[in-house]
Amino acid sequence: MAGNSAVKVKIDKVEKVYSGRHGEMVALNGVSLDIMENEFICVVGPSGCGKSTLLNVIAGLLEPTSGAVYVDGKEVRGPGPERGVVFQQYALFPWLTVLKNVQFGLKLKGVSEAQSKETAMKYLKMVDLEQFADSYPKELSGGMKQRVAIARAYAVNPQVLLMDEPFGALDAQTRTQLQSELIKTWQEQKKTCFFITHDVEEAVILATKVIIMSARPGRIKKIVDINLPYPRTQEMKMEMPFLDLKSYIWGEVYQEYLEVRK
Amino acid sequence: METRKKDKSFWMQIPDGAWMVLSLAAAVLLWIFIASTEAGGVVFAEPWEVFAKLMDKVSDGTLWQHTYISLFRVIAGFSLGFVISIPIAFLMGWYAPFRNVVAPWVQFVRNIPPLAYIPLVITGAGVGEKAKVIVIFIASFLVLVVTIYQGVCNVDATLIKAARVLGASDKDIFFKVVIPASTPFILVGARLGLSASLTTLVAAELTGASKGLGMMIQKAQGYYDMATVLLGILIIGIIGMLMEQLVKFLERKLTGWQETVQ
Ligand SMILES: Nc1ncnc2c1ncn2[C@@H]1O[C@H](COP(=O)(O)OP(=O)(O)O)[C@@H](O)[C@H]1O
Ligand SMILES: [Mg+2]
Repeated sequence: MAGNSAVKVKIDKVEKVYSGRHGEMVALNGVSLDIMENEFICVVGPSGCGKSTLLNVIAGLLEPTSGAVYVDGKEVRGPGPERGVVFQQYALFPWLTVLKNVQFGLKLKGVSEAQSKETAMKYLKMVDLEQFADSYPKELSGGMKQRVAIARAYAVNPQVLLMDEPFGALDAQTRTQLQSELIKTWQEQKKTCFFITHDVEEAVILATKVIIMSARPGRIKKIVDINLPYPRTQEMKMEMPFLDLKSYIWGEVYQEYLEVRK
Repeated sequence: METRKKDKSFWMQIPDGAWMVLSLAAAVLLWIFIASTEAGGVVFAEPWEVFAKLMDKVSDGTLWQHTYISLFRVIAGFSLGFVISIPIAFLMGWYAPFRNVVAPWVQFVRNIPPLAYIPLVITGAGVGEKAKVIVIFIASFLVLVVTIYQGVCNVDATLIKAARVLGASDKDIFFKVVIPASTPFILVGARLGLSASLTTLVAAELTGASKGLGMMIQKAQGYYDMATVLLGILIIGIIGMLMEQLVKFLERKLTGWQETVQ
């Protein structure tokens, strides 16, 4: 990734406090991070450490209590077309066909029916689902649904792709397959990716950089560069550099997990 | 095991249409039997007496007049309830202050049987068509508003988020997410509302009508004309079933996209 050192997303001392019935809950406690253009960031950490909160702040779906997020130097004040989001629960509109789901964002932008259809088909082809264009989400498996959601996010051509445990609900085999597809897509159409997972192996196989978060209050604990060559293959998972990184990160996360349980 | 399996497949082989005929035939047989007993004969006229009544009233045109005016009241009251309940339910779902004031009213009135407030309606609206339509309106409105409100509350928050990150405005979210997501509830509301309208019809026609199926039944009772009473009951029942079929047809057309729970 040398030579490409522009900061794409700047997370600047972001703090998020939820106030509820039982008092205040500090979900993020001064998180700062510079995400470079075309980086693939994976965020790991024990559940409840504020990963989703951070993603929602970057997406503009949540307002930080203090601090700010900047994309290309511009402060985030709400959702925007340059940031796409893929949710764990797929979040496809069940009343729309696969094609219409992928067209959804394009139509909102005012793209014509014919043009949006063509673009949508292109991205359905990318995830290898063009023959399911006229199916409804209920007719698809979980893995296929998530591929539609990825196509939908790509269709509006965002520069930053935010993904919150997108493969978390899938079986191991489907997950491995989608990981490979995602790496391939990222290599073909460079985007800045921010990917949350609870699976350390998944983080290491995908990321250029893994962010380890600690809980109570949510902070960045460590940043680990993953200097494995691309294209990443499933075979790498059995090789030494990968295994070293994995066990190191796993150990760090496990420590945090024990902290939380105390 | 073997025989049970065979039994099952035997019953399963009978088509739905044949079951309908069978069910109808059994009902008529039961009816004939009850009418032939001493105690039952007082209440139940013989089927052919009812059929003769039907022919009489069709040929002199009175049956159509009664049915027409009753249908008009049901449809007018229900349509009014439908049109008004939708914005009210959405306002309740979206604006907490509105909900907090109005929801207790709905809960309160919902538990009062229409018969109890009919005197109020007559005093206010006289004994004309207006009073009947108002009573049916109140009954269907309450059922509709409660059901549709549930639908609005049940709209998956992730779908709203997904739409927002794809660039949807509040208006887009209302028309392209909340309305379609609530359609199943709107249709269930319509079914319950229509059924409430019919149930209330007879009560509404107690407010002093000169025509209508409910009134036809009441007047016949005064003459111990049980054939006419049964005829009226049958026609109300048939109208109810037809309306239900109509809504079911719409459900198949409009909400076929729903995941069915297995
Ligand atoms: N809307 C909310 N209101 C109050 N507390 C919340 C809310 N959302 C999340 N939290 C709390 O903030 C913390 C971080 O949550 P989250 O960002 O979802 O963590 P993660 O995604 O890492 O599991 C958790 O303790 C969670 O209970
Ligand atoms: Mg989460």
